Amino acid sequence: MHPVLVTIVKRLLLGVVTLFVVSAIIFSSISLLPGDFGEAVLGQAATEDTVAAFRKELGLDKPAPARYLDWVKSVAKGDLGTSFSGRSASGQDRSRSVAEMIAPRLKNTLFLASVTALIAVPLALFLGLTAALYRNSWYDRSVNVTTLTTISMPEFFVAYVLILIFASLWKVFPSLATVDIDMAMGERLNRIALPAITLTLVIVAHMMRMTRAAIINLLASPYIEMARLKGASRSEVILKHALPNAWAPIATVIAFNLAYLVVGVVVVEVVFVYPGIGQLMVDSVSSRDIPVVQACALIFAGTYILLNLIADVIGIVTNPRLLHPR
Amino acid sequence: MTDSTDLPEGYSASAEVGALRQRRSRAERSWLALKKAPLSAWFGMIVVAGYVFVALFAPWLAPYGEAQIFATPFAPWDETHRFGTDQIGRDILTRLIYGARNTMGIALVTTLLSFLIGGGLGLVAAINRSWLDQFLSRAVDVLMAIPSLIFALVLLSIFKPSVVSLILIIAVLDSTRVFRLTRAVAINVAVMDYVEVARLRGEKLGWVMKNEILPNIMPPLVAEFGLRFSFVFLTIAALSFLGVGIQPPTADWGSMVRDNASLIQFAQYDLKAGITPLLPAAAIGLLTVAVNFVVDWFLHKTSGLRDEQ
Amino acid sequence: MNDKDQPLLQMTDIHIEGYSDERWHPIIKGVDLELRRGQVLGIIGESGAGKSTLGLAAMGFARSGCRFTQGQVVFDGTDLLTLKESQRRKLWGTRIAYVAQSAAAAFNPAHRLIDQTIESATRSQLRPEGESRQDAIELYESLHLPDPANIGERYPHQVSGGQLQRVMTAMAMSSRPDLIIFDEPTTALDVTTQVEVLAAMREIVDQYHTAAIYITHDLSVVAQMADEIKVLRYGEEVEQAETRSMLSAPKEEYTKSLWSVRSLEKPESRSDDIVLALKNIDAAYGKTQVLHGINIELPRGKTVAVVGESGSGKSTAARVVTGLLPQSQGTVMFNGEVLPPSLKDRSPDQLRRIQMIYQMADTAMNPRQTVENIIARPLEFFHNMKGREKEQRLLELLAMIELDESFLDRLPAELSGGQKQRICIARALAAEPDVIICDEVTSALDQIVQEGILKLLLRLQEEFGISYLFITHDIATVKAISDEIVVMYQGKVVEQGLKSQILTPPHPEYTELLLSSVPEMDPDWLTGLLEARDGRAGL
Repeated sequence: MHPVLVTIVKRLLLGVVTLFVVSAIIFSSISLLPGDFGEAVLGQAATEDTVAAFRKELGLDKPAPARYLDWVKSVAKGDLGTSFSGRSASGQDRSRSVAEMIAPRLKNTLFLASVTALIAVPLALFLGLTAALYRNSWYDRSVNVTTLTTISMPEFFVAYVLILIFASLWKVFPSLATVDIDMAMGERLNRIALPAITLTLVIVAHMMRMTRAAIINLLASPYIEMARLKGASRSEVILKHALPNAWAPIATVIAFNLAYLVVGVVVVEVVFVYPGIGQLMVDSVSSRDIPVVQACALIFAGTYILLNLIADVIGIVTNPRLLHPR
Repeated sequence: MTDSTDLPEGYSASAEVGALRQRRSRAERSWLALKKAPLSAWFGMIVVAGYVFVALFAPWLAPYGEAQIFATPFAPWDETHRFGTDQIGRDILTRLIYGARNTMGIALVTTLLSFLIGGGLGLVAAINRSWLDQFLSRAVDVLMAIPSLIFALVLLSIFKPSVVSLILIIAVLDSTRVFRLTRAVAINVAVMDYVEVARLRGEKLGWVMKNEILPNIMPPLVAEFGLRFSFVFLTIAALSFLGVGIQPPTADWGSMVRDNASLIQFAQYDLKAGITPLLPAAAIGLLTVAVNFVVDWFLHKTSGLRDEQ
Repeated sequence: MNDKDQPLLQMTDIHIEGYSDERWHPIIKGVDLELRRGQVLGIIGESGAGKSTLGLAAMGFARSGCRFTQGQVVFDGTDLLTLKESQRRKLWGTRIAYVAQSAAAAFNPAHRLIDQTIESATRSQLRPEGESRQDAIELYESLHLPDPANIGERYPHQVSGGQLQRVMTAMAMSSRPDLIIFDEPTTALDVTTQVEVLAAMREIVDQYHTAAIYITHDLSVVAQMADEIKVLRYGEEVEQAETRSMLSAPKEEYTKSLWSVRSLEKPESRSDDIVLALKNIDAAYGKTQVLHGINIELPRGKTVAVVGESGSGKSTAARVVTGLLPQSQGTVMFNGEVLPPSLKDRSPDQLRRIQMIYQMADTAMNPRQTVENIIARPLEFFHNMKGREKEQRLLELLAMIELDESFLDRLPAELSGGQKQRICIARALAAEPDVIICDEVTSALDQIVQEGILKLLLRLQEEFGISYLFITHDIATVKAISDEIVVMYQGKVVEQGLKSQILTPPHPEYTELLLSSVPEMDPDWLTGLLEARDGRAGL
């Protein structure tokens, strides 16, 4: 087998193993719950029978490894368990399935994240490349200070400033990003304009700085000086000599920032009351609805692992040393 | 000068020495570096000093008590309440001043703890380089595969939010990054010949760490401390803003933003009221900007061990 | 074409500055340089003399952080410094080509060798691409590269350092430039490889009658390549003359001192009192075995030089002696006792009696400790010295290495290369050892400084009867310091014996190759060697 394939397969296996370990960690968090949480969920009036029934439903009477296997099996089938909310002391159960709760919200979050990524990635790469090319110019310096300021601001500060200006003082966009399934595309985009701009600002700052650093690092290589001494023009140096070696660092930068987007989305969704998975997770943390928290965390962590995996694979397939072994 | 070996004519040791930098004491060099610091670094240092001052002397600077409640909630800005009152009638300025103390204090304790854990284990892993290093590194890889805000949310859903649980959870999660950096720079130092010289002399591990390794990994760690502090600070602010961080009645900037957010809607009628919720947010932003400016300059000075991230 | 009498390159009153420590420092201080068509000019100087900067200046190029402040670079009638960069660029790679020091770093890892070879020729549309490819293959062939038809299809990491350096020469030659700048092209290579590369470069420059500037710090190398030699020091010209007269009759004191360095030679003497002996040592890094049953004996108060090329296992042998890499087979005898293989099983006294000095004095000293901290630690650690006694001893040690007490509070960054190595010697002396292992201790130093260090080591040996295990790849150093020589090749000892025995024929095959590859300060040496080798191959 070609060594590149071997390396990729190894990396994929590592990703799968990581995902399993991460899922085990998230799963085992439920075992850390204090003993009386059954009462906390069902209310003070819960009888011993209903509590016992509830514990049995969660499988708390079985040993942890067996429970984990059951959980993995059902997750694989798309069954993420049942929410804690909607249960009552009387043993009446109006709880909903977690998958059902998450599905529409996941779609919303993915929509917001994709719109942001579509704007942010090209913009950041352009800014980062140009800042690296004209480094130490006034352009570079001002971009540098601006982005350093932006990444130092909490997301909610950026978000509220935007609301203040574009929703409160000058009513261009709605301050609440409430969307539903029947909404037309144009209206949807209008509603998510402010959250998308907030996320874009933050991500672009990070990504642009990292792109600039990666390119500058590359331009310091002796083979770049050699290319110049062979008479290559500026654009030739960049496109022919630097770019083929830059895919791996750029892929890493993009993956890192899309992963960052995953986290940033939580706060931004809360600010704009956007019905996404981040908001759901925060609400569930407050109400201690553990199955929902676990499912959300699993989705976030899975995305994160997947993005890093893709970046590594790009790094592997663009590495001439691996592509053309001795 | 002094290098008076029996050398062929034409060789002059003083010329060799002459090409070298003039010797200056450490204080002199720091002052020189400080004088040449760019405007942004000066700005950063002054702001940080100001925050520290406010945090240290909060009880003397604040006009009212931390949890003192007045009759009118959402009072407008006037002489009695410089920045008005919040949703249950507490003085905003007072809460801002105490918030500096609480938010910064908690972030500082968390960062220190995270450096104690991550830095200590990182050093041990770098020197030991055996199964322990393997184990710790793999464990950190896995922990870092979960975004830390998400992991913190999971843990906070299990352990009730309190100052102690918050500090412990964030410190442990953040220590993974400190571990990685410490291990990486310490390994770079541990392979140096002067460490080998100490080992060949039969020096004890503790002596090698304290005298040979620690002094040489300090600059990047100091810079990292600044960066980690702003990161921890932002994470705690974000958690408090989400309502699962620092809990009332403790004043803190993150929850202040959340509590007064609704005032923004009134900006077109009363701009001052509209920007009230932005004050604590701006306080958070200004401090992190300031810390970042200082760290940026420091990293630049001590030769870019890491440029960005 | 231009008038034949007009020089190809005329640089006048060149001043270049470099930016560091927040200010501009002069690097080149008014140097003139003239080169006729087909002429090869050698530029020689120690580190920091400004050789590379001057070489690049001949292309009208200043590295980032450097700038021209004065002077003219007239190439074939045009002053390069008055041209726009886009105009200068048209000359680079086509009429003036550059061969860099580290070929491994100077090739782009993402492109095939042949594409990089013909890049300049293709860009300037000198000839159709197909012809350039054919021409490149012919160049590879005349540079004696293996499999010339296909080697160009490889990527840089797929060929060896010596081959890469020759491909880079082909790259420079592809557009048939009028001028090639060779910037220390063989410094990173082993001696046996260096000979092949030198021969190939000289042949091709002769063949196409190309003018060249050859930059190096190695006199005997430049003697093979250049018609004239220019000596540079601290950014200024010391003197320039035709190669033969420069070698036989240098005018300036500085040049004479450079020339005389190689004359140091210690008279050998033998002894049967063996202080350290390696017996049938096998050693391995992980699964790769590096040492195969080696035997080395070090007589008391004598110097045994261990010579070999990179990868021969000479440094590994030192690691076995120090206990950093316990051997898998065999024993090390020290003062008549078996030395425990692992460092941690050795007694403090055993550790004290074997000391080590390193190649890079920079990394052998903690940059945050003062000279006093550095030398005093072994005094405290091994001899329990304190207060007055320690201070007294510190001053004695400084006197031994010919430095005074003003150095005590300096940091390593405030010392010159030679002084750093002296401090490392003092630190080893402080332990009062029987044996000092010297691992390439002079390789990183300029020749004049090397001389000082070697003399110091010899004097200390006389005074204190210390034995040296002296690891080096440099035959001149071996001649200067050793009593006995051990030749190593691929993890085995080829032979051990007195210096005179090893250096006089007949030699085992590898020793012969190694010794004959060491350049001599004779302009005819390379020609003679190649003829001799051809003759032998013909037989």
